Amino acid sequence: MSDDLDALKHATLASLAEATDLRAWDAIRVAVLGKSGSLTALLKELGKTAPEERKARGAALNVLKTELQAAIDARQAELEAAALEARLAAERIDVTLPPQPRAQGLIHPISRTMEEMAAIFGAMGFEIAEGPDIEDDWRNFGALNIPAHHSAREDMDTFYVPAPEGEARRRVLRTHTSPVQVRSMLTRTPPFRVIVPGRTYRADHDATHSPMFHQCEGLVIGRDITLGHLKGCLIDFLRAFFGVTDLPVRFRSSYFPFTEPSMEVDIGWSRKTGEIGGGTDWLEILGSGMVQPKVLANCGIDPREFQGFAFGMGIERVTMLKHGIPDLRPFYESDLRWLRHYGFNPLSPAMLHEGV
Amino acid sequence: MKFTLSWLRTHLDTDASLETITDTLTMIGLELEGVENPATSLAGFQTAYVVEAVQHPNADRLRACKVDTGTEIISVVCGAPNARTGLKVVLGLPGAVVPANGMQLKVGEIRGVKSEGMMCSTRELGLGDDHDGIIELPDTAPIGVPFAEYAGRNDPVIEIAVTPNRGDALSVRGIARDLAAAGIGTLKPFAPAPIEARFASPLGWAIEMPQSCPYVLGRVVRGVKNGPSPDWLQQRLTSIGLRPINALVDMTNFFTIDLGRPLHVFDADKVQGGTLTFRPGQGETFEGLHGKTITVRPEDCAIADASGVISLAGVVGGESTGCDENTTSVFIECAWFNPVSVALSGRFHGVASDARARFERGIDPALMPQALDAATAMVIELCGGEASDVASAGAPPAWQRSATLRFERLASFGGLDVPADEAIASLERLGFTVTARDDASVTVSVPPWRNDVAGGTPLEPFAGLAPDRLDAVTAGAAAMEPEADLVEEVLRLRGLDAVPAVSLPVDGAIPAATLNPSQLRRSLARRVLASAGMAECVTFSFMPRDVAALFGAAPDALHLSNPIASDLDQMRPTAIATLALAASRNVARGIASLALFEIGPVFHASHEDGQPMRAAGLRVGQPARHWQGAAAPTALDAKADVLEVLAALGVPMAALSITADAPGFYHPGQSGLIRQGPKTVLASFGALHPKVLAAIDLPGPAVAFEIHLDAIPEPKRRKKSQPDLPAFQPLSRDFAFVVDETVAADAVLRAASGAERGLIERVSLFDVYQGDKLEAGKKSLGIEVVLQPRDHTLTDAEIEAVSAKIIAAVAKATGAVLR
Repeated sequence: MSDDLDALKHATLASLAEATDLRAWDAIRVAVLGKSGSLTALLKELGKTAPEERKARGAALNVLKTELQAAIDARQAELEAAALEARLAAERIDVTLPPQPRAQGLIHPISRTMEEMAAIFGAMGFEIAEGPDIEDDWRNFGALNIPAHHSAREDMDTFYVPAPEGEARRRVLRTHTSPVQVRSMLTRTPPFRVIVPGRTYRADHDATHSPMFHQCEGLVIGRDITLGHLKGCLIDFLRAFFGVTDLPVRFRSSYFPFTEPSMEVDIGWSRKTGEIGGGTDWLEILGSGMVQPKVLANCGIDPREFQGFAFGMGIERVTMLKHGIPDLRPFYESDLRWLRHYGFNPLSPAMLHEGV
Repeated sequence: MKFTLSWLRTHLDTDASLETITDTLTMIGLELEGVENPATSLAGFQTAYVVEAVQHPNADRLRACKVDTGTEIISVVCGAPNARTGLKVVLGLPGAVVPANGMQLKVGEIRGVKSEGMMCSTRELGLGDDHDGIIELPDTAPIGVPFAEYAGRNDPVIEIAVTPNRGDALSVRGIARDLAAAGIGTLKPFAPAPIEARFASPLGWAIEMPQSCPYVLGRVVRGVKNGPSPDWLQQRLTSIGLRPINALVDMTNFFTIDLGRPLHVFDADKVQGGTLTFRPGQGETFEGLHGKTITVRPEDCAIADASGVISLAGVVGGESTGCDENTTSVFIECAWFNPVSVALSGRFHGVASDARARFERGIDPALMPQALDAATAMVIELCGGEASDVASAGAPPAWQRSATLRFERLASFGGLDVPADEAIASLERLGFTVTARDDASVTVSVPPWRNDVAGGTPLEPFAGLAPDRLDAVTAGAAAMEPEADLVEEVLRLRGLDAVPAVSLPVDGAIPAATLNPSQLRRSLARRVLASAGMAECVTFSFMPRDVAALFGAAPDALHLSNPIASDLDQMRPTAIATLALAASRNVARGIASLALFEIGPVFHASHEDGQPMRAAGLRVGQPARHWQGAAAPTALDAKADVLEVLAALGVPMAALSITADAPGFYHPGQSGLIRQGPKTVLASFGALHPKVLAAIDLPGPAVAFEIHLDAIPEPKRRKKSQPDLPAFQPLSRDFAFVVDETVAADAVLRAASGAERGLIERVSLFDVYQGDKLEAGKKSLGIEVVLQPRDHTLTDAEIEAVSAKIIAAVAKATGAVLR
């Protein structure tokens, strides 16, 4: 190799080694291989070389070019790696810093229970029926075989608002969800199955009573619905709702004006530990019965043609039992601490395939 | 209803255990409330004999006694004036707990004299009110016997809840009959001997209010000597918590409980004139035996003698004619009163008597002559005297009814296949009598004490039923109700546990959707808002009227006539109001920042259904400081909550418009309505008005929204069209417009988007500037317009043309100039 080429090679390799950043590196690349680079210039001058020397000179230049190109590329890779290292080091953050909080929202336990009821009864072919909270007294009382002189109609039990213009009778805040039974029978064509979760009102306020609370009513009307179906439906529900497959369920004779036969339903539990399904005690959980023939008739259904059953339960009560919530009043107080404690994740709604 | 086991056994022949009896009561609908054996509380008290009682050496009012316990002689110091030598007493030994005060006895020393026990009064033992001295047992009493046993107190007291349909179970005999029918023993016969009339009754009846009192019997017993009733009777009454008064009154209380047959006794000598008249009240007053004055109204059935009104029929008797120890001639009243009349009178006058409880459920109309004979016999037995003939007026109310049971209905309605003979036997044990029977059915007559069976109370049918439908359902109810009553009786006695449970048959393996579109909307909105970080609340539907007025309206039509508290008297016009009150409570507890929502009804007097379903939310307070900064909620955060819900509910967002006419409880300059089309309001949002915040003591900032879920149209369930996925790259251009500060940003954005619909994909606002680089009253809005070429790459000339159109359109719509 000629001396000048050798010198160029060594000078280039030396300056590449000295280059500590990509800018210096690029200057070297341009100075050697650029349009007016030193090697480029030598290549351009090749034509002026004597013909006998040209071949050898050409070969030497090409070898040098390949060598220098490789050295330049290698240095580029080294410098880029170093630059990335430096950048990563510079970009280090304190990963223990607290992030911006994302507020955690939640679903109220009453809504959750209603969802669970919809899921379980839905699987049994029920639809959800609804009606207004402010009712006329025929739908709340009269149609349900609760006569005018019944004590439930007294001011001490029932809230009233003034009669609408042109009507004689005060409206009531519905004392149960049963008026929706009446609405359902008047508007639906049997057979049908509905549940009615909703707000109810009674003039009672102490540690275990709230002037507003929630009930879930159920009504099944068909041609051949028997008391056996009532039992089966409620046992199926209670076992699914409480997640106890062998939950003991007991039916006791009782009385409600709108059903006959009427029965109270108890579930097995332990009074001492509160465990549902454990222990040897009984806990009253809901009222039920075969729909009174007069109630069917009041609502335009001939009891010779259709029969069925109805039931009603307190939503707060079953929620308290299921989740071990000791007090009723915090349900309505909207104390954020309580809501956070007992609330449910909105992204995990009640679905049978995920388990209610 | 309370009774004792021994009382029950006077009507029921059984050797069933207490537990069997109480379990059975619960299962047949006479729910057990509790069982208590007084012997438990009397443990440690026994009979004893005072061998010697002398003055205490160091105390004037005390006596030092030597008492024989039957096994030893102990020393007892006693303060009772009647503690004396030779007395048989009730003695509590160390360890016993005094029932009246829960004090446990121990050996002690009282003023230097040892006391190893306590001699007790009636009151201390919780057996009565007498506290004049210690109990004096008769000389014949044995010594060293547990007192509970001696006094016959080893007798469990059973309390049951009686449902309103079972007046017959408000009697020991009725309960015994039910138990016998359920297979627990045999009902003993009840057949009082007829009473021999010795004279004509000097008192008679007149009925002027037959709808309230259709039938009454009475009989005078003269020559009686009234006084304390015998021990057995006193004990019957005290065992269930009734206070003995005198023999005549105790007799009436006994039959009220024993037969469920309330009676009344007048002192015949105090009755003025010869006739007692049942008639409407006319505003007169009398002193009731319960110690209060009663003023009778025209709707009350009063009992009057020549002096005026002396009693309120079936509810409470009068003081003026009451029996006391001087009574020598008594007039026993045995009447049947209309249950509704008694219920309404008793309720109006606030009297809850044992008599009222039975009359208003309905008593056995056929038992009256026998009950009067039994009562007369007891008066003569306890007080001596002789009886008159029976004075009566009116006629017994018709009670005869029959009911038919088709045997197959036990299975097809009751779910349990019961053999016909067994079903009939059950009914017969309850007192039903068979009047006809064939292979398929039985017809029975209903016993007079069961007014709940085949009672035939009238229908209250829907006013809109067509006449032929009404006829059909009336006939249907008449046919089916008595049968349902009989099915209930048969199943009740067999136990409902015997009915096999059958799961409801389903139409197909996969049920149809359970929620309707409106319910689904609420469910989705709930999840969206909770996912946006808000906590769901359930607040009351009623609230303080003055606060409701702050939030819109407090119409009289939604003002409770009888609120339970003055701050729960008005139906809420919006849940923002109750959430704001809840937020205020939370802030008072030190929670500075919170986000709450509720989905539920609100109440409007004018709304067509009066009760729209709405989703309301509230974001309140300065969030906790954060090193990256933390922003307080603004009206636009509330707007974002609304838009998120609307989008999730499938509302076409591009078509929404915003107007600044939100309700008055919002800040007028920081609130708006979200509308779909010119008429439909889908939501309101904004900062709450500072006046409202001040009134409910809620520190700001506070922003709220209310989404009118019912107004949201159902999303169309059409199949989606093919997606628009152009192959060409979109490009964007920025514009800065200077406009008057009153110009809505939305107007600029809309004008820009509409400038070239086929090409403009999206317009967004990236900058709002107001300040000293602009002239006063102006603002600059920076917008980015994204163009989406569809069939070729845009040339510079085309881009220029679109830009010019955008500038022109915005200028035309808003007077904007390019900055």
